[in-house]
Parts: sequence; structure tokens; C-alpha cells
Amino acid sequence: MALLQISEPGQSPAPHEQRLAVGIDLGTTNSLVASVRNGIAVVLNDHEGNGLLPSIVRYFRDGRTAVGREAEREQARDPKNTIVSVKRFMGRGLKDVAHVENSPYDFVDSPGMVQLRTAAGVKSPVEVSAEILKALRARAEESLLGRAGGDLYGAVITVPAYFDDAQRQATKDAGKLAGLNVLRLLNEPTAAAIAYGLDNAAEGIYAVYDLGGGTFDISILKLSKGVFEVMATSGDAALGGDDFDQRLFCWVIERAKLAPLSAEDTRLLLVKSRAAKEFLTAHDEARILATLGSGESVDATVTRKEFQEMTRQLVAKTLAPTRKALRDARLGVADVKGVVMVGGATRMPHVQEAVAELFGQTPLTNLDPDKVVALGAAIQANALAGNRAPGDDWLLLDVIPLSLGIETMGGLVEKVIPRNSTLPVSRAQEFTTFRDGQTAMSVHVVQGERELVADCRSLGKFELHGIPPMAAGAARIRVTFQVDADGLLGVSARESTTGVQAAIAVKPSYGLSDAQITQMLKESLDHARDDVQLRLLKEQQVEGERMLEAVENALRDDADLVSAEEQRSVRAELDALRHTLSCTDHRTIKSAIERVNRATEPFAGRRMDRAVKRALAGRKVESL
Amino acid sequence: MNLNENHFQIFGVPAQFEVDVPALETRYHELQREVHPDRFASASEAEQRASMQLATRVNEAYQTLKSPLRRAGYLLQLHGVDPEFETNTAMPAEFLTDQMERRERLEDAVAAGDWQRLIALSGDLRVDQDSLFARIGRQLGALQWNEAAATLRQLKFLEKFGEDIGAAEERMDC
Repeated sequence: MALLQISEPGQSPAPHEQRLAVGIDLGTTNSLVASVRNGIAVVLNDHEGNGLLPSIVRYFRDGRTAVGREAEREQARDPKNTIVSVKRFMGRGLKDVAHVENSPYDFVDSPGMVQLRTAAGVKSPVEVSAEILKALRARAEESLLGRAGGDLYGAVITVPAYFDDAQRQATKDAGKLAGLNVLRLLNEPTAAAIAYGLDNAAEGIYAVYDLGGGTFDISILKLSKGVFEVMATSGDAALGGDDFDQRLFCWVIERAKLAPLSAEDTRLLLVKSRAAKEFLTAHDEARILATLGSGESVDATVTRKEFQEMTRQLVAKTLAPTRKALRDARLGVADVKGVVMVGGATRMPHVQEAVAELFGQTPLTNLDPDKVVALGAAIQANALAGNRAPGDDWLLLDVIPLSLGIETMGGLVEKVIPRNSTLPVSRAQEFTTFRDGQTAMSVHVVQGERELVADCRSLGKFELHGIPPMAAGAARIRVTFQVDADGLLGVSARESTTGVQAAIAVKPSYGLSDAQITQMLKESLDHARDDVQLRLLKEQQVEGERMLEAVENALRDDADLVSAEEQRSVRAELDALRHTLSCTDHRTIKSAIERVNRATEPFAGRRMDRAVKRALAGRKVESL
Repeated sequence: MNLNENHFQIFGVPAQFEVDVPALETRYHELQREVHPDRFASASEAEQRASMQLATRVNEAYQTLKSPLRRAGYLLQLHGVDPEFETNTAMPAEFLTDQMERRERLEDAVAAGDWQRLIALSGDLRVDQDSLFARIGRQLGALQWNEAAATLRQLKFLEKFGEDIGAAEERMDC
């Protein structure tokens, strides 16, 4: 594809002033890391010149891991310990996982998320994903800084637009576990739209059809004067190229009348099926040849027509969400100016034909469907890190893909935040107590479109503690559901008759706490030379320096918004923070950062007011 | 902008039913360019929090002002009038008859799996909605709050019917 020009040459900040930020496409089948260098987004390659890292992790008995091609080579020999397509398990319970019967893994059902028993112990999908992210992080640091363990400022990690809160939370946790400063979770089709839109100066309504290895997304965007506004998104979080492999695999088993296969043979035939599927993109037939563990040999030839016939249902499954997204956006196919194709599975000719037929136009296939998401993420990471060139002020407005609701009487769902609401979004809801003197309650949050709790995905129960004891029904607890720019839900609560806020603690029953991440980090580092304390210290030092710089800049830019007295107290906290930076305990720095945060809160609010006034003033000048 | 301002004040437009929607969108983009969390990803935590609050507020205001139904409801709310969606179900007999007919047409179209009839139903619905929006605009302009509340209840009814058509389309699509 064409190179992505981000700014006029010479206008971007000099390389040494730039913070190094990367975009990561954490895919079901392959993962990539990209970065903006000299104003151009590029995929970073490994030593052999490969951009794609197979999303495969192999665990050894001694706790060592192999990631990528090395793991891929041995997958049929050691299927139980070689984890492929782990993205399918992120934020999922055992009952949510499709094709369990054909998976070679030793699953461990655990609350919230399924886990896998390997030679190196039980691993959660978050830990497996973190291994992939670590490999990409090392690649980026080596490529950008010439050494591993350098100062990478942060990363944008992409997720399927249709990922729910639990899947997003799991992805962010994996990023933290890999030692990354996760700047943002970015929706994959939106990332593709950024890369495509900026590269082609596109204006108008565009659809992004993204069929990856394990997920399908469709997003409808409006591009106007540098604003990328998602109108609606839909999809299927468990539909992708893997399912096409699976169909072909089943066809081969039936055709060759094979008895139930061993884990090794299953993996072998799945790999062969995938290769045949890819071969059929440019050929009329493919031959599948394999020798099984029993010595039995398989020889089957599949024609493109047969393959298309057996997978027609899968293609049709992508069209219903596509029509739904158009309905939600209140648009018809005639309004769509272009259809951008993303994800390796969109290479299949019958997928392209079906999309062309639905939209009445040839889809845009001039982008590399494997790379465009990582490139868009790199552009976003570069902007979030503060490396924008002057005049480069594009803006992204994304949405929440699935409605958020709470359980009410009788197992019914009351929608709190409807799907396709632009982020960030919040909604408040009032609750009261049921018993005299009740001091705690639990709010069951679900995500989905159905009316019954049982038909939606349970995100877990948020527990509220510290409600002041009162007569039943007297307390007024206002619970606020806030979804941030990552699409992640936060819950806060306040008792409004007494105004008790801080005392009411809310904790979700899913996702990892900071303490759990520290613990996992510690365990994973037992096998490395790194020192966990050192790493935590380093992180806080970077955060502290970032904070000093941000506040100093704010004080300089908006000095007139701070009274002399306020200025003195903020400066005192800044000095205190500066002194802690040479400390050896990360907690000391952390608490100094928190003090600066508290001291600058009113000032931050006034600065935001000014920013808004500036926006309005700019408007008035224009309309004169 | 502060969090106590109403939606119209945030967008700097007069508090009335008639709005210039494209201008509203332009201003929406200008406001988000200043306050969106993506602009504060490398700022202090306090600024990130403030940015999220303001961007949330701007989104809420925009969604309300953009939709004629929500805009009308919001104007009534600003004037202390409760549209009584839950409690006041009295509707003119003629309106109710029309709605019953409409619902039968929907059920028939779904039973027959007839997309064309669904599309026709949506078209008719839009015509009725537009005429009610014109009416509520006049009523709000003339400060006839109770009359406007009655029209709003009918509009809410039609909105619900529109959602039912969408749900029927979704069912037929599977």
C-alpha cells in the first residue's frame, strides 16, 4: 500500500524530541507492531524481515516460552502446550468458547475467564496474550532504540469493535502485564479507517468490513474535515477465518471417514485446512495431504466451488450485522461512498463478492488487509503521545458497541447506556435500600441487546459498601456508569441524602486489580533477569517525570488562571515530587504523584473551561 | 463552560426548538477537538479526568440537541413541564385508531416476510413524525407547554413503533 504521510516534511518535531509510541494489532492469528517514523507509519519487522508475528505461544516445562514462528513450527508436535488463537478466550468463560471439542487444550474452568493447563502451569489468556505483547515490545524497543529494555513511551492496542467490556479489560490487563503503558484501546475497524482516511483524504460515509482470524466487525463512519465519527458498529466476536478452516477440517474428516483424532492430528489437519483455504484464493482446487500419527494417510482434493458452498453460511452470517449497522446509522447502502476491506479473511473471493453485492459497489482492496490496523494504531499512538505536527488535528469519535444494562426485578434488563452511544458517555441511576440499616448492595451489570439477563453477557456484580445505615427505602444511592474513551466501564456511587461519596467503594468482580497484576508480573519475572521492584520503580519515575512536564507546561501556558497562593502550593508539591524521583521505593513516588494530582485538580478544571471558551470564540470569529 | 450550564448554553445557541443541525455538528466537532480525552492522553491525571467529564457532557448535550424528540423533551424539562410519559396515556381516539392499524400492518408484513411493506411502513411513519415535529415546533414557539407535552407523548409513541419496525427487520434478517 501507499505510505502514510502524516505531516509536511520538516513540520513534525525533531526525532529526538519525539516520544516513542507504537501501535499494536493483537490479532487472533497474527500480531504486528508499527510506529510513526519521520512522519510515516511503518510496520516494524523482526530480524528475518517478517512483519507478522504468529500469535502462538509455546510453554516449556522449565517455564520458558517460545513465541511466534518458533512456536508455530512445533505446534502439531506439542499442541497442548502450544496456544494458538488465544484471543478467542480473552474475557470468556468455558461455556462461551466455540469448538471446545476440537481444541487440543486442557481447559480449566475458572470464574470470569477460562484458563489453560500447560507444562509451565495454569495460564490465563491474559498471560498468554502478554507473552505475545512482550515479544512485540522487545521488537519495537530494539528497532526504535537499538536495544531491548529502552524507554518506550506507550502503546495503542487494537481490539475488535464488537469486544465487550470483559474482553477489553482483559486486553488492557495483558498490556499492563507486558509492561506497556497502554495509551488507548482502539477499535480495529476505526484504526483501519484512520489509516485509509488520512492516506486518501477521504470525505463522506465509509464502511469498514473487518473479517479477521476470529472476529468480525462492521463499522460505519462519517469522515468530514479531519473528524472520524463512528455512526454505528456491529459484528460477531466469535466469527472469523478460523471458522472457515474449521468447516474445511470437518469436511476432510467426513470425506476421509476418519475416527476421532488425537490432539496432534487435529492440529495437523487444521493447519493443512488453513493452507488449503489460502491456496484456494488464487487457485481452483487444493489438495490436502497428511500422514496421521497412526500411519494412516489423508489425501483429499477440494475445489473452490465446494469450499465456497460449505462456507456460504459463514459469509451470510457477516451480512446480517452489516445491515444492522446500516439501520442503526439510519443509512442505506446508497449513502456509502466506499467499503474498506480489512483482515486476512477478506482475501477470499466469495467474501468480496458477497460484500460487493450487498453494497452495490466493488470494495476497496488496495490496502494490505493484514497491516492497515497496526498502521492506524501507530498513527493514533503517535498523536496520543503528543507528537502531533502543527495543523495535524484530526479527531476520532468512537462508540460503545453493545448496550450496557443492569438487572432489575424478575431477571429483566434495564438499559442504562444504549449501543452506539458516542464515547465517553455516562448515565446515572438511583437505587435505594431494601432493609433497615443496610450498608451494602450489589449491582449486576450486563452487556447486550436482549431483554432477559440470561440472554445477555454478565459483566459481573459491582459491590457498593459504606452506605450510611438508614431506614429501608430512605437512602438515595446514585450510581454513575461511566464508559471512558477505551470503551471501559467504571462505576461510582454516592448517597445523596447525606452526600457520602468517598465512603462508598465500588469494585468489579472481574478484571485484574493492580495487586494481581503486580503478583503476575512477579511470577513471570522469576524466569527473567529483570527485577520487579526495579521495573515498578522505573515506571513510577517515568510517570513522575511525565507529570512534572505536564504541570509545568500548564502553569506556563495558563499562568493567569492560578492565584499566587495556589501557584505556591502546586509548586511545593512539584518540588516534593521532583525530590522523590531519586528515591528507591516506587510507592513514595506514587503518593507524591497523587498529591500533585489533588493539588492541581481545580486548576485543571479552569484550564478545560478556557479550552472550551476558545472553541466557542473561534466559532464566533468564523461566522462573522 | 461549566457543568451547571444547560445544553443550549454549552453549544452557545438559543434555547428554542429550531436549530441549525449542520452548524450544531460543526460546533460539536470544535468542542470535542478541545476537550476530548485523546487530547489529554499525555496530560496529568487531573486533566484527564476533567477532560473525560467535559467530553461526556458535550456528547450528552449534542445527542439531546441533535434529536428533535429529545430536544423537545429537554425544552419542556427546562420549563418545568413533566411530559408524563409513564402516567398520562390519554391520546386522541383518532391517533389511537391509526396506531392500531399501523401495528396490524406491521404484523401482516412480518408474517408475510414482505420487506417492501416494511419499507413502506417506515416511510409512512416518517411522514407522520415530520408533521408532529412541525406541530410541536409551533406549540413550543407559542409557549403552549401542555399542548406540546401532549404532542411529545404521541411522538414518543411513534418512536417506539419505529424501534419495533427495526426489531422486526432484525428478526426477518436472521
